[in-house]
Amino acid sequence: MDKTKQPLLIKKGAEASLYLADWHSRKVIMKKRLPKKYRLPKLDDQIKTYRTNHEPQLIHEAKKAGVPTPTIFLVDIKSATIIMEFTEGKQVKQLLDEISRSERYRLFLKIGELIGRLHDYGIVHGDLTTSNMIQNSEGKIFFVDFGLGEKSKELEARGVDLHLMKRALQSTHFRFAKECFSAVIEGYSKVLEVETVKNVLDKIKEIERRGRYVTKRKGGEE
Amino acid sequence: MKRKRTAESYCLGIESTADDFSVGISRFDGETLANVIRAHIPPEGGIHPREAARHHAEVASKVLEEAFKKAGIKPQKLSIIAFSQGPGLGPCLRTGATVARALASYLRIPLVGINHCVAHIEIGKLKTGAKDPVTLYVSGGNTIVSAFDSGRYRVFGETLDTALGNCLDVFAREAGLRQRIGEPFGVVVERLARKGKRLIPLPYTVKGMDLSFSGLLTAATNLLKKGEHKLEDLCYSLQETVFSMVTEVTERALAHTEKKEVLLTGGVAANKRLQPMIKAIAEEHDAEFCVVPSQFAIDNGTMIAWTGVLAYTHGIATPIEKSFVKLRWRLEEVEVPWIKRSSHC
Repeated sequence: MDKTKQPLLIKKGAEASLYLADWHSRKVIMKKRLPKKYRLPKLDDQIKTYRTNHEPQLIHEAKKAGVPTPTIFLVDIKSATIIMEFTEGKQVKQLLDEISRSERYRLFLKIGELIGRLHDYGIVHGDLTTSNMIQNSEGKIFFVDFGLGEKSKELEARGVDLHLMKRALQSTHFRFAKECFSAVIEGYSKVLEVETVKNVLDKIKEIERRGRYVTKRKGGEE
Repeated sequence: MKRKRTAESYCLGIESTADDFSVGISRFDGETLANVIRAHIPPEGGIHPREAARHHAEVASKVLEEAFKKAGIKPQKLSIIAFSQGPGLGPCLRTGATVARALASYLRIPLVGINHCVAHIEIGKLKTGAKDPVTLYVSGGNTIVSAFDSGRYRVFGETLDTALGNCLDVFAREAGLRQRIGEPFGVVVERLARKGKRLIPLPYTVKGMDLSFSGLLTAATNLLKKGEHKLEDLCYSLQETVFSMVTEVTERALAHTEKKEVLLTGGVAANKRLQPMIKAIAEEHDAEFCVVPSQFAIDNGTMIAWTGVLAYTHGIATPIEKSFVKLRWRLEEVEVPWIKRSSHC
């Protein structure tokens, strides 16, 4: 990592800090998980090591599933750092307000399809938000930040993954949440079988009931 | 319709969502005049909704009487009655609502139904001076990370299954610990955890900004039954793990919203280990750390009274025929017109 010169902090997230750096004359992202003062050092180490280890694997696996992700160049467990390709483009979060309704529909249809590919391949992203999706100048959508992802084909994991997408839309883009999420499901249905999609949708409903999302009231007292 | 907030007007608030029955009296300028809380402690097991409701019905008149005495005012001086309309346990909510309806119709004053979660946030803001915080609300029934945006408190993260406080309570009961008035399970676990030294690995489940405690609770309970670890170490490990999880998601919400305050509220806010953890992330993001004083951290009538003032002075009242309780009333369903529009979409 000594060939890196003056990394520039571009995002101080809660989970890790992202630096834009020059590495062997390439523009790269250095994702560094800094120690969290609030956590016990032992617990902190466990979590950092686990995530630094798993994230690059999932990012790499996602490519095989047909989902664009940044290329991993180097992983250093000791300093909890991942060096990966810099994906130039705009976060979907930033795009949303600038585009038309039909563009939004197409964008989320594609996103749904990509999520479908991930799930079909046995990966859940674990943090599907519009900040973790980047569209490059060619219109290709990249998924980033697999730090909370896992390899799983379980209905529960898939349901939670999509539920998180829905929640992220509701909390940050509440004006478009409904239309965006229904486009996601439409795209998702293109990849997975009808039966699987139905089961995942039922699962989402179950998760929502569990987490007190649904008002069952139909007029009058519950 | 905007009504004036004057110091001569008073609101009485009734809180009865779970195991506490409480009456608070708040002056319209925010001054708290009374905050009387009666906890129902089941002889064994968790809260039984009907048992708790029976307790509430039994103590209601005494608690009301005590609140009026403390506040030094007569019922006739009240301008409005507020009550927690949800979310919560049905029988408990209905008992509080019944008392509130009776008072409002007897005194011929307006009734205001309040969302319990909104009230926890509003009392936190009132008592700490926070203006626009990211709020971590942790209690026996709820675990929610929220922040205000465009007319409502938006939920950024929350539990996917059981609440953090409930996780601690159930573990304590499984361990055969006892709670007493003034020393709920959370406090007992905290006391034992202080003597713990060894960190025992437990599942750490963060999903996006959401959390899951049920697997962790099962794992901790299984370890307990095996009897290979000291209870102190288990309490310590349980606390460290669940608190790290909520702190992580709170930090994510803080990084995402870029707000400048973090408010810790709800029953678990009183925990002396959780406080410095949340404080650490606030400092990390140049935000101010605010924690609600403990008598207003647990379920209390004052928070309902104060939120009643805010709602009523911004045109909200609940006609009796619409005052049915809402067991699953979500935080983000509630319009909060008393906060000016802010920030991004």
